[in-house]
Amino acid sequence: MNWFRNKDNLYGFMVILPSIVLVGIFVYGFIGQTFYTSLTDWGRDPAQALAANPKVNFIGLENYRELFTGLIDGRFRQDLVNTFFFTLFFILGCLGVGLALALTLDRSPKGEGFFRTIFLFPMSLSFIVTGTIWRWMLQPAGGVNQLPTVLGLPPGEFAWLTSREQVWQFSWNSLPLITAAVVAVVLAYIALSAYRAGERRRAWIAAVSAGLLLLWALTIGRTLKPLPFDEPHGFNLAFIGIIIAAVWQMSGYTMALYLAGLRGIPEELREAAKVDGANEWQLYQRIIFPLLAPITLSAMIILGHISLKIFDLIFAMAGADNAPTDVPALLMYLTTFRANQIAKGAAIGTILLVMVALVIVPYLYSQLKREVRR
Amino acid sequence: MIGRVLQYGILFVATLFFLLPVYLVVVTALKEPAAITLVGTWRLPERWYWESFAQAWAAFAPKLQNSFFLTLMATLLSALLGSLNGYVLSKWRFPGANVIFPLMLFGMFIPYQAVLIPMFQFIREIGLGGSLWGLILVHVVYGLPITTLIFRNYYAEIPDELIEAARIDGAGFFSIYRQVIFPLSIPGFVVVIIWQFTQIWNEFLFAVTLVSSPANQPITVALAQLAGGEAVKWNLPMAGALLAALPTLLVYVLLGRYFIRGLLAGSVKG
Repeated sequence: MNWFRNKDNLYGFMVILPSIVLVGIFVYGFIGQTFYTSLTDWGRDPAQALAANPKVNFIGLENYRELFTGLIDGRFRQDLVNTFFFTLFFILGCLGVGLALALTLDRSPKGEGFFRTIFLFPMSLSFIVTGTIWRWMLQPAGGVNQLPTVLGLPPGEFAWLTSREQVWQFSWNSLPLITAAVVAVVLAYIALSAYRAGERRRAWIAAVSAGLLLLWALTIGRTLKPLPFDEPHGFNLAFIGIIIAAVWQMSGYTMALYLAGLRGIPEELREAAKVDGANEWQLYQRIIFPLLAPITLSAMIILGHISLKIFDLIFAMAGADNAPTDVPALLMYLTTFRANQIAKGAAIGTILLVMVALVIVPYLYSQLKREVRR
Repeated sequence: MIGRVLQYGILFVATLFFLLPVYLVVVTALKEPAAITLVGTWRLPERWYWESFAQAWAAFAPKLQNSFFLTLMATLLSALLGSLNGYVLSKWRFPGANVIFPLMLFGMFIPYQAVLIPMFQFIREIGLGGSLWGLILVHVVYGLPITTLIFRNYYAEIPDELIEAARIDGAGFFSIYRQVIFPLSIPGFVVVIIWQFTQIWNEFLFAVTLVSSPANQPITVALAQLAGGEAVKWNLPMAGALLAALPTLLVYVLLGRYFIRGLLAGSVKG
């Protein structure tokens, strides 16, 4: 190609080439190898698991089938449910706390810099340090549970990390039904708002897909049974403590994002709204919150991918073996390096990658596309 | 008036939420093992017990040394490579860069569980298994996406006319980097080095899988092990947590502005 005829261009390419090769191997090569491993039986025969040149057989998607519908892998399914609830409350907590702090600091209280430093300092800590501290904070007979006694009240009773309570239980077998219903409701909402906006065609498409989905769910979806028996899953209350610690560590991040966004809103815009007779609440509702919406989306994606990957915090807070607070990222580690079920560990790793990619790839695509347009 | 009360009320509650754990760490670290009780968690120590720190230091000094070595090497290497890559990607865009760059960026978001097994084998096969050098290599490679991104966005602000002028004066690829780009890079390097230092110092997953012998453990692994053991009295893990937190905390307090810039750069747009 012409571009490379120029000596300087060639130098430039040679300088970046090692990085491209390294990332190519360490990211894409290794992902490919992990995926291939997940299609084998490596680790099923204990004698072969740690052999120098293990004999492995190709077994197709068997590991995945077992993880989602096999009798012995119920723990993995509960881990997926755990990750779902953890992600949900972690994101809500960080957005709520972060927004409240940013709005408060944006009104320039006295000691603003001091408060900002305090709200953001946990971001500089290791999840291991945070986990160690909160492990001590959440001892059932001490820590947070003893706080009420400082005010002369009786101590708290909640067992935090070791709690075995589970709420909002559902059967794994009803998952297809629940998923279809949720998606249908979202589609119906899209249809409604498209109809209100006067976009007839979009409204119709969304409404028809919602109807078809509901029809499928109530006829075929109801008869689909991934498992031969009902397996209950739900929200483990032991996660409450982990959510609190994670919000403690990460809400400073959303605060910083929102604060940067708020500082970017021109003063004239606020003035203009006030001149037009908007009160404080209308100013936020009509002007400021809509302008913060893209930041909320970015924050949700960044926090979401962090929470899908969460590993060290739980490892340090509850230990790797505490079943009520298990997540796929931990289970992958235990399955691979403690139980030597290497192929199954690879399958869990691959599933994690797919979940993260579903969140991150559209985000990267839109971010970089916007950049090209600029 | 109500607004003011609400404002300072929120700030007060939030400050309590963020600082209570700090109070508890310091107070627990300064109690004698015998004086640490669950019921008296929040009480101040009757006698300041500084020995906790001496003990924690004795146990953790070699691990801190490992962490420092690992973090400094990996940070400097990944910053240098990131700077060169950013220079190429912003000023010498080769054909296909529009495809390569996003593919590289994706590497900073992946769950490392998806590469852990081949990586573990690879590091063992090239003879770096269990050593700090294996860990350094891994941190450099997986650090490349973010360091490249930050430098690329940073160099995009340097006008192309400056490069053109240098070229007309006869400067080539390397001399432009040395004489024009690098001298302008100091703030970029500060942001990247702080970011990488914090990330690598705090990292746990790679360290716990790749390093098996206690002699090579970084501080995070040692701390997790100590705190995970049930028999230990809590003054030691708390003192250890403070020691492990101190370097990154100092960097944050002294250079917070640059820390926040790295933080915001992580959400890609920069």
